[in-house]
Amino acid sequence: MAETKTEKSKKAATGSKSEKSGVEDGLEGFSKEELHSFLKEMLLYRRFEEKAEEAYAIGKIGGFCHLHIGQEAVALGFIGPLRDDDYVFTSYRDHTQGLAKGLKPGPVMAELYGRDGGCSRGKGGSMHIFGAEEGFLGGHGIVGGQIPLAAGVGWAIRYREEDRVCLCYLGDAAVNQGAFHEALNMSAVWKLPVIYVVENNEYGMGTHFERVSALPVVERAKGTGVPAHSIDGQDVIATWRLMEELTEKARNGEGPQYVDARTYRFKGHSMSDPVHGVYRTKDEVEEKKKSEDPIVVLRDRLFDADLLSEDELDALDEQVVEIVDEAVEFADNSPFPEDEELYTHTYAEINEHGRLFFDGRDR
Amino acid sequence: MATITYREALNQALSEEMRRDESVFLMGEEVAEYDGAYKVSKGLLDEFGDRRVVDTPISELGFAGLGVGAAMVGLRPVIEFMTFNFAFLALDQILNSAAKMYYMSGGQIPVPMVFRGPTGAALQLSSQHSHACDTYYAHAPGLKLVRPATPADAKGLLKASIRDADPVIFMEGEMLYNLKGEVPDPDDGDFVIPLGVADLKHEGGDVSIITHGSTVHLALQAAKKLEKDGIHADVLDLRSLRPLDVDAILESVKKTNRAVYLEEGWPYVGIGAQIVATIQEEAFDHLDAPVLRVCQADVPMPYAKNLEQLAKPSVDRVIEACNRVLYRS
Repeated sequence: MAETKTEKSKKAATGSKSEKSGVEDGLEGFSKEELHSFLKEMLLYRRFEEKAEEAYAIGKIGGFCHLHIGQEAVALGFIGPLRDDDYVFTSYRDHTQGLAKGLKPGPVMAELYGRDGGCSRGKGGSMHIFGAEEGFLGGHGIVGGQIPLAAGVGWAIRYREEDRVCLCYLGDAAVNQGAFHEALNMSAVWKLPVIYVVENNEYGMGTHFERVSALPVVERAKGTGVPAHSIDGQDVIATWRLMEELTEKARNGEGPQYVDARTYRFKGHSMSDPVHGVYRTKDEVEEKKKSEDPIVVLRDRLFDADLLSEDELDALDEQVVEIVDEAVEFADNSPFPEDEELYTHTYAEINEHGRLFFDGRDR
Repeated sequence: MATITYREALNQALSEEMRRDESVFLMGEEVAEYDGAYKVSKGLLDEFGDRRVVDTPISELGFAGLGVGAAMVGLRPVIEFMTFNFAFLALDQILNSAAKMYYMSGGQIPVPMVFRGPTGAALQLSSQHSHACDTYYAHAPGLKLVRPATPADAKGLLKASIRDADPVIFMEGEMLYNLKGEVPDPDDGDFVIPLGVADLKHEGGDVSIITHGSTVHLALQAAKKLEKDGIHADVLDLRSLRPLDVDAILESVKKTNRAVYLEEGWPYVGIGAQIVATIQEEAFDHLDAPVLRVCQADVPMPYAKNLEQLAKPSVDRVIEACNRVLYRS
């Protein structure tokens, strides 16, 4: 079965025009309201990240801040089809996936601001967005570190005989980590209900994938026995449909799945890095923005199908701008954590006996 | 009371906790069909099946991380490393995921789990299989570190570790597995030893030998020999290094005014360095001599028998250190 899948993916990877654009799938099965909600969601992610960019520039957000601009369809297309009780892991480029899984924009923005009202109480920051209640199990900062964790959640699902699934995002560079191969192998051996989605934006920071990898992303799961698929990650409809298919398989006990979702990052690796210059040209970025912006791709398809008017688009955009403004207001009004919070949450259990902290605070 | 081995005590703790709590499972290399590399998990596969006693591929990073993920959603994994020497491959998941998850999620996601296995030297296993690994884990807030030296402590502390809400590093000793000792009978009720309580394993009044793990037994031999010489030593077994029973350390030092720290690991930035710092910070006025340390020689463990003996802490070196803090030549 794995071979058939790989064959299918290979075709998609080499890509005829129709497969790439997803036109052959059309928009059937989605109502106008649903399609508008897709557009609105992706606009929300875009406006949210633009606001984060602004806030970073004026020093309201510190540290490393990795924006998801350009990759919105990967967030929505894979998380959208999940159930509320399913789980999601991702790496440090994690704000919009958190929103997609149901975290409120206010607490996510407050987390970026390092405030007490942040979804991780101001202790995680941009790279560590968490929402336990929403099944959003983080934002992880070590490349590939979340992959074995996701296998563990898959293990727990199987252990408890539940029909949930776990979605694990990783960047293309993470497929060169040992954790990737170890976790996928175990997932295949134990048929864990985990869907691994590579957000293949071509670059690991400033290094093009092909410069440091002998085989393409979609081939890299081959040695582990996890069925592989390739998809145009800028096409939210295509990713949504694929994810529906894969979650059903995973829920039915067919084990893990692996997806190479081809996408592109329109901004620098983090806010500290240039958008282009050293490792990619301005022309390359501009061309991608023009032809592969996931929001524009969907918008134009809806225009073409007479499912969207300029006025409706403007109205959707106004709605999300308002939501993001409210998120910024929430963040601005949220207090910084109290000094006492420095020590809380280091341990879930303070043992009755003995000393746990050695910096003198116990004396 | 029954006399059983350290290995059997661990086995009892595992099986009792697995019977008590459905969310506890054991995973690691050779733990199921092979009964464990050191036979600690003997019979567990038969009783609990392959859902709860799980053989893994040789992928330390992978299965350590898998355990953390399972703990994140409420299971209580016990992850066995064949030795902590191999756990260096898994350090990323232990330090970056297990230790920090609860904190960086703002208290949303605790990681209740145990990483266990032997640490330190056995006999002529050379550099890569003899590493005393305590200090790497003691260093990190978010982790707890337990080092039982006797069968009773092994049982009572493993049960407490499995029930703890945080990630616990539970280090055993290859040379301890066959050690026999008295352990309360399972029929006499639940035997749990809380973390953070040191145990005064030999009482004296002249000098404090403070130690943890396998070297507790060296300290006891040294104390016996010193006794013949008229020197009475406290042997304080810390049992857990985080939480650390600082009160017990200070109590002993305030009584004897002289202390020696004994450990399997290297001296530089070792556990002893922390203990010495704590003693001088909190009991400076009670000291009649500098606190000395007895550790592994500051070299990778050699293979040759004579060199290995030279590298390891010995009874003679403990006695020598005690004599020095007592200003006896």
